[in-house]
Amino acid sequence: METTQHSILLTLQPGRHDGDGQRVAADAARHLGLATGQVRSAALYAVRYPGLTESQVADFAAACLQDPVLHSVAIDQVAAPEGFKSYILVAKGPGVTDDEGTSAQNALSDFLNEPIDTRTQHIFSKRLYFVEHELPAADLRRLAEELLGNKLINRFEVGAVADGVRDFTPRPGGGADARTETIVLAGLSDEQLLQLSKDNVYALNLPEMQAIRDHFAQASLREERVGLGLPADPTDCELEILAQTWSEHCKHKEFSAVIKYKNLETGAEEEIDGLFKTFIKGATIEVDRQLRANGNDWLIKVFSDNAGAVRINPESLFVWKVETHNSPSAIDPYGGAITGILGNNRDPLATGIGGARLLFNTNVLCFGNPDYEGELLTGQLHPRRIFEGVRKGIEDGGNKSGVPTVNGAIIFDDRYAGKPLVYCGTGAVMPMQLAGKDSWEKVILPGDRIIMAGGRVGKDGIHGATFSSIELDEAAPATAVQIGSPITQKLAMDFLLLATRRGLIRCSTDNGAGGLSSSIGELATISGGAVVELEKVPLKYPGLKPWEIFLSESQERFTLAVEPAKLDELLALGREMEVELTDIGFFNAEGSLDVLFDNKPIAGLSLDFLHDGVPRKTLLAEYVKPEAKEPAIAPLYDYTDTLLKLLGSLNICSRESVIRQYDHEVKGRTVVKPLMGATGQAPQDAAVVRFNFESWEGVAVSNGILPRMGDLDAYHMSAGSFDEAVRQIISVGGKLPNLTPGDNIFWSVNDNFCVPDSVYDPAINPDGKQKLAKLVQMCQALRDACAAYCIPLTSGKDSMKNDFKADGVKISVPPTVLYSMTAKVEDVRQVVTSDFKQADDVIYLLGETYDELGGSEFYQLYNELGANVPKVDFAKAKELYTLVGEANSQGLIQSSHDLSDGGLAVALAESTFGRDGLGADLDLGSLAGELSPTALLFSESHSRFVVSIAPEDVTAFESILGQRASRLGRVTADGQLRVQHAGHELLSLNTTDLRAAWTNGPVNQTIGLEPAALVK
Amino acid sequence: MTHDTASQALPKALILTGFGINCEEEMAAAYRLAGAAPTIVHLNEVLHGRVSIHDFDVLNFPGGFSFGDDLGSGVVLANKLRYRQTGTDGRTLLSDIREFVAAGKFVLGICNGFQVLVKLGLLPNLGGDFQPEVTLTHNASGRYEDRWVRLKVNAQTKTPTPFLSELTSFEVPVRHGEGRLVVPDAATRERIVALGLNCLTYAGHDDQETGTYPLNPNGADLNCAGLTDPTGHIFGLMPHPEAYLAGCNHPDWGMKKRRGELKDEGEGLAIFKNIVTHLIRRTQEASAPATHA
Repeated sequence: METTQHSILLTLQPGRHDGDGQRVAADAARHLGLATGQVRSAALYAVRYPGLTESQVADFAAACLQDPVLHSVAIDQVAAPEGFKSYILVAKGPGVTDDEGTSAQNALSDFLNEPIDTRTQHIFSKRLYFVEHELPAADLRRLAEELLGNKLINRFEVGAVADGVRDFTPRPGGGADARTETIVLAGLSDEQLLQLSKDNVYALNLPEMQAIRDHFAQASLREERVGLGLPADPTDCELEILAQTWSEHCKHKEFSAVIKYKNLETGAEEEIDGLFKTFIKGATIEVDRQLRANGNDWLIKVFSDNAGAVRINPESLFVWKVETHNSPSAIDPYGGAITGILGNNRDPLATGIGGARLLFNTNVLCFGNPDYEGELLTGQLHPRRIFEGVRKGIEDGGNKSGVPTVNGAIIFDDRYAGKPLVYCGTGAVMPMQLAGKDSWEKVILPGDRIIMAGGRVGKDGIHGATFSSIELDEAAPATAVQIGSPITQKLAMDFLLLATRRGLIRCSTDNGAGGLSSSIGELATISGGAVVELEKVPLKYPGLKPWEIFLSESQERFTLAVEPAKLDELLALGREMEVELTDIGFFNAEGSLDVLFDNKPIAGLSLDFLHDGVPRKTLLAEYVKPEAKEPAIAPLYDYTDTLLKLLGSLNICSRESVIRQYDHEVKGRTVVKPLMGATGQAPQDAAVVRFNFESWEGVAVSNGILPRMGDLDAYHMSAGSFDEAVRQIISVGGKLPNLTPGDNIFWSVNDNFCVPDSVYDPAINPDGKQKLAKLVQMCQALRDACAAYCIPLTSGKDSMKNDFKADGVKISVPPTVLYSMTAKVEDVRQVVTSDFKQADDVIYLLGETYDELGGSEFYQLYNELGANVPKVDFAKAKELYTLVGEANSQGLIQSSHDLSDGGLAVALAESTFGRDGLGADLDLGSLAGELSPTALLFSESHSRFVVSIAPEDVTAFESILGQRASRLGRVTADGQLRVQHAGHELLSLNTTDLRAAWTNGPVNQTIGLEPAALVK
Repeated sequence: MTHDTASQALPKALILTGFGINCEEEMAAAYRLAGAAPTIVHLNEVLHGRVSIHDFDVLNFPGGFSFGDDLGSGVVLANKLRYRQTGTDGRTLLSDIREFVAAGKFVLGICNGFQVLVKLGLLPNLGGDFQPEVTLTHNASGRYEDRWVRLKVNAQTKTPTPFLSELTSFEVPVRHGEGRLVVPDAATRERIVALGLNCLTYAGHDDQETGTYPLNPNGADLNCAGLTDPTGHIFGLMPHPEAYLAGCNHPDWGMKKRRGELKDEGEGLAIFKNIVTHLIRRTQEASAPATHA
């Protein structure tokens, strides 16, 4: 039966400010060089409920959609305003999340007071833009595809108004498709096996395909399968489950591989028994031993759940997870980032029993230059679009979930122009006990029900796990794209919070990569088996094959294990809170993952083979020291211009336009925000967040990442990144762990490696051994850093194929590691901010400066890399951080800013940004050694701080810091930054000009920090 | 004279949550710190009749993104309160709210909650019939922004709302994309100004009203940050006083600490203390011995 469709058009009344339209016109001129004239925006809805009359639709539109102050409404007619000649319609493709349409359905249900179907799509939202000028269709389409949407997500209609406005409303799905096919592997040649893997996006290599073929060739197994009603040969569903479970994304095969490592510089050779086991887990085991020996037993759960957990105090746990979402962000930046942040939120939410309260988000982003002017490869998005889209995704993902985004970084390097890196972090707090059970433990007993909670299943995100495990090319599959729905997840989150506290849930996990196949496959190992009845899974629309249902990565879903006796109460709570819960099977102890569709078995895999059947890889690594030399740069007498250029450079300039669009203080607990001071423009080193309103305990959060240093030396890049994150926490007043017995100061670190394809292949990856050697060195530095500071890793992630290949060109990211660090702060009122506070406070440099301009931002100004990479001396750094901690215990430090990009000069400048009128008068003569002025000002030596001390505290401060502090000068009230050295004035300029150079840098120019448009 | 009857029961604040509301915890903390007894409930518990708003003294709509701000901020939630029938007799939550206010009780909406009150017609309610008279829409900048602003309390308000008692100006963060108040016509604007219902305006460092961005972060008509109804019982504002419960929430608290002026308590708490004090005093007055009347 054909249902009548009605349309509702909302346009702004004449004279109302159309910010959206103005922005489109401005962006079209700025980014595409298109003169559009005025642009008017409008909202268009298609309503397709059976039996709804036109007058009901009109009443609904007037009562629920129209803002009587702003809008005019038209039913079933789409007319352009007078004088507008072209139009662009932006609709969503079939099956794409349409939250706005769903909200309209909820509104209609409230309006009619009838329980209508709001779970599948009947109202479709679209945007319509009327353009004043008559533009050719090609220009309109460009505008649509490059500014208004993404052709993987959206459907566009464009044209001349005179020809009539063409509408598009998706008609998702088709008939039911219950087919499961059998795939015969026996007798396939190696070539055929590889082709099968490629054709189906299994992303499995030859030994893995052979292992599967051989498994299914066993006569006893074949006989057993037939007895169970399964075909002897594997089903499509089984191969898909194996491919997801064995994906690099899920199994971390390269971090588990045996590595034959040769250092050609030293001649050393060694065989590494897995990077994860040797360096990451190895380091944490050693740290935990040291901690426990000293009565610090706060390390509760590491590496074995969705997120790591450490103890805050006897009542509560801190849960911390950072992940990447790179491949999806490359092809759909908004969708990739929003699903990245929402997906990462689900990790702490579903750790242990589940139901942690989210406390904050962080994000660290790596992009190509947003002002890139060259040609793009096929399928490659412009870096500015990726930047804009990712930023918006993080804004919506965080803000709409009510989770503050408290800390982050943006790094620009052209090698991120193919695949951007999108790191999403989430911290959360969980009670130690939930309904009398240890909250961090996952327990499942045979007989427990499998409940799917949250959103419904569609074709979105099929093959995400395998897709992210291969390099991107121009033929990236559209089904890998998903759009998150923060509101659906918020409802599920509110529900989990209550259900876990009432003891209704045995344990939970999230549905991320691999969907139900991964979540149930993993949980099944706890009880020893599971049976899934796939036909019970609620779908967004019909037409999914069974294996697609099992693999779909449709967002906002949790898998819960529930005691049968608690099921009714749980389902009732779900109904009350409008969260869809479906009983889709049960756990058992039979040793296998069994999947049924309409009572017919379609998969039966032993858990042993599923989880331990993947063959271990052996990889080759060879280190050759790269050629590097120091450039000859003529010394200057005056570095004022140099400093202004540095402050306006891409990697140093202000990120305010980005930061202000993230809510960084919802929940009311943020104490150190990204930007502080009277001006709200002083950048801070680490965020500090209170846990609750009843105590002053909190957590400091920082991120260390220095990819460019890796071009000189991967070990020192990794060590420096780790130190950067540590010193940022020390700078805000954090204390190193384990300095005294039982001090109970937790630290929790997530390591996140994002590297290019590092598997050697003479044809397609000839420098793979060198890349892998860099990864080995990064891991070695990580182990050394953890052991030196006694800081444990609690969770992490590796992303191994960050390459973009198209038109015969490969863009590979530089080997990158991010250390995301958190540490307990005893009293948030005692922390330290970066900005100078008051004239006559005395300024010191803490730590030692070396001639280490290699990889610096200063050299970058000259397009040089240099050779002298900054190196961390862990012992000296630890000693300094301990002393800084002592000074902070006595409240002696008024401001502290760590030195990083741009060195001392930039840190000094930034320290003046907090208030108008303050300056600093400094002489570098007190710094020991024979360093050049450029090294003194711009060297990026690690483990250093600029601090200011009240005059009355100078003696006490110097007696603690001793030789580690060099007195440079004092804070002044004249608004000038003056730096002298050996009788020369190296720097002399107004701090307002410094801040202007920083604020007007390329990031704020790109994202826009212009004053609000005048409202007429 | 004794206060025993008054001191027995703390004022009761009902805080609604669910459907994307996300500032309920800090709002509850604000009331707790101010000396009231807050209760957070899911809106459905009220709509399904398990919790009655009439058992409380203040009804609160916290900030957040109810229904994701789809269809316009606060619209779908306001729609639910106006149309969703809570029983078989055609009653809606809006009918309950009318009775609640008529009984002399108080309603507070912050950010998304303020947007709900405006879209529901509870503010400014010049006509007394709960019809939308103004609206809140996209910031002039077209962007969501989180920044701190200074607010000035309108001294000309005819019936000042007790939430703002004795306050003249204070700082708070704004965190919204749709906070621009639009008053559709001059007549409405004149009536709002005449009654002083524009009880909070964006101000510069000199405490003078300003339309300059970013001091006025959204381009609101009348530079208005908050509205009260003609009775002073309904109050809503875009900025977030519940996000400034501790002195160290302020972006420049480091300077206050340097000067020894940092307080544990944040300025945003005053609004909650005001209403709690007002409720306690009213209860005391109601229960005072007849001879004092």
